[in-house]
Amino acid sequence: MVSKPHGGKLIRRIKRDFEKEDIQTLEVSLEQALDIENICRGVFSPLEGFLDRNNYLSVLENKRLSNDIPWTIPIILDVSNQSIDGLKEGDDVLLKYYDRNIALMNIEEIYQWDKKQYARYIYGTTDPEHPGVSKIYKMNDYLVAGKLELLNSVPTRFERYTLWPIETRILFRERGWRTIVGFQTRNAPHRGHEYVQKAALTFVDGLFVNPLVGWKKKGDYKDDVILAAYETLIKHYYPRDVVVLAVLRTSMRYAGPREAVHHAIMRKNFGCTHFIIGRDHAGVGNYYGPYDAWKIFQEFPDLGITPLFIREAFYCKKCDGMVNEKICPHNEEYRIHISGTNIRRMLLNGERPPEYMMRREVAETILSFENPFM
Amino acid sequence: MGEKVTIEIPKELYEKAQKYIQESGGEFKSVNELVEFVLNELLSEEEEETVFTPEEEEKIKQRLKSLGYI
Repeated sequence: MVSKPHGGKLIRRIKRDFEKEDIQTLEVSLEQALDIENICRGVFSPLEGFLDRNNYLSVLENKRLSNDIPWTIPIILDVSNQSIDGLKEGDDVLLKYYDRNIALMNIEEIYQWDKKQYARYIYGTTDPEHPGVSKIYKMNDYLVAGKLELLNSVPTRFERYTLWPIETRILFRERGWRTIVGFQTRNAPHRGHEYVQKAALTFVDGLFVNPLVGWKKKGDYKDDVILAAYETLIKHYYPRDVVVLAVLRTSMRYAGPREAVHHAIMRKNFGCTHFIIGRDHAGVGNYYGPYDAWKIFQEFPDLGITPLFIREAFYCKKCDGMVNEKICPHNEEYRIHISGTNIRRMLLNGERPPEYMMRREVAETILSFENPFM
Repeated sequence: MGEKVTIEIPKELYEKAQKYIQESGGEFKSVNELVEFVLNELLSEEEEETVFTPEEEEKIKQRLKSLGYI
């Protein structure tokens, strides 16, 4: 049996019979439009709309919604002072992305927020050099809360890889999977990723590889590259019918431990029973300790998805294979650590990384792109 | 959840539950809370999801087939 949706009920707020009336509109960005669709299609269950002030503060201070359900990243809609001119609580507003009607929102609350307070709680730093913090500082000064109803999907280049929670839940059931491990990524796969996935897959029925497509920082792999690299890896090195590859359209927030929990919650909504938490999961620079994202899960015995803390893999010359520190007795001189940064540097120079770092077929797929990086 | 009833569990199990609560960082405030949580999780596991109609399910299966997932 796949995981129950977070909060007990899969949210689906889709309205098909909207006719254009005399209604006020709000323009939303792509990122906001994606949040809207994720809310309405249940990726962010149990949220039914953008957070009100009470829930927003509860998430900041307690890492929980005001009804005590674990929730670590506020899902908020920021708007400029000008754009809310004439809008008030109780109004219905049409949310538009360019000329597309995305959703209807019933405004429950309009409030101001303290961005430094947000940064301190969510990122553990107010340093504007942190990519998440810097993004927050550029956001508008008002937040609008309210329940949403989706009118139209956000256009995507990745239709072929787009699955929503209701679809993955049916898919997992059709495949007869009772236990599913989710894998979050924003990278093309190297041997360390493959090791971790296969270690987890040994104990569950299926693997849900769920790369995140959306805003990422400069130097990250482009979305098409990640998908092509995974297709290659799965084709050559995974048994048929144990893997599902589908994208998750949302932004990386680089919020380390809090984002690790958020990633787990989203995958729970897709039906995953387990979720792999990597070393420095969703981290950036040196803002978080390498295992902070593991420790935070101790605060959530009621999360409803099992985190799998699989140690970082490395190649051991003596073991002659991919291992981790728990299963390898040899010392550092035999160990070759797989650095994503080094692999990226090699690929950027047009070099193919050694086979023990990245599968030849995967590297060749990446190198077939003219510019594989953001 | 409305009206509550009393159940009996072995004392040894009760003590184990108390120890678990102490070690779990205060997430559960009492054995009552812990037992209620565990039972809810266990019993709702087998509940059938009913958020879609048979027609919707068929449509989703068709899409999954067309994308090569099933």
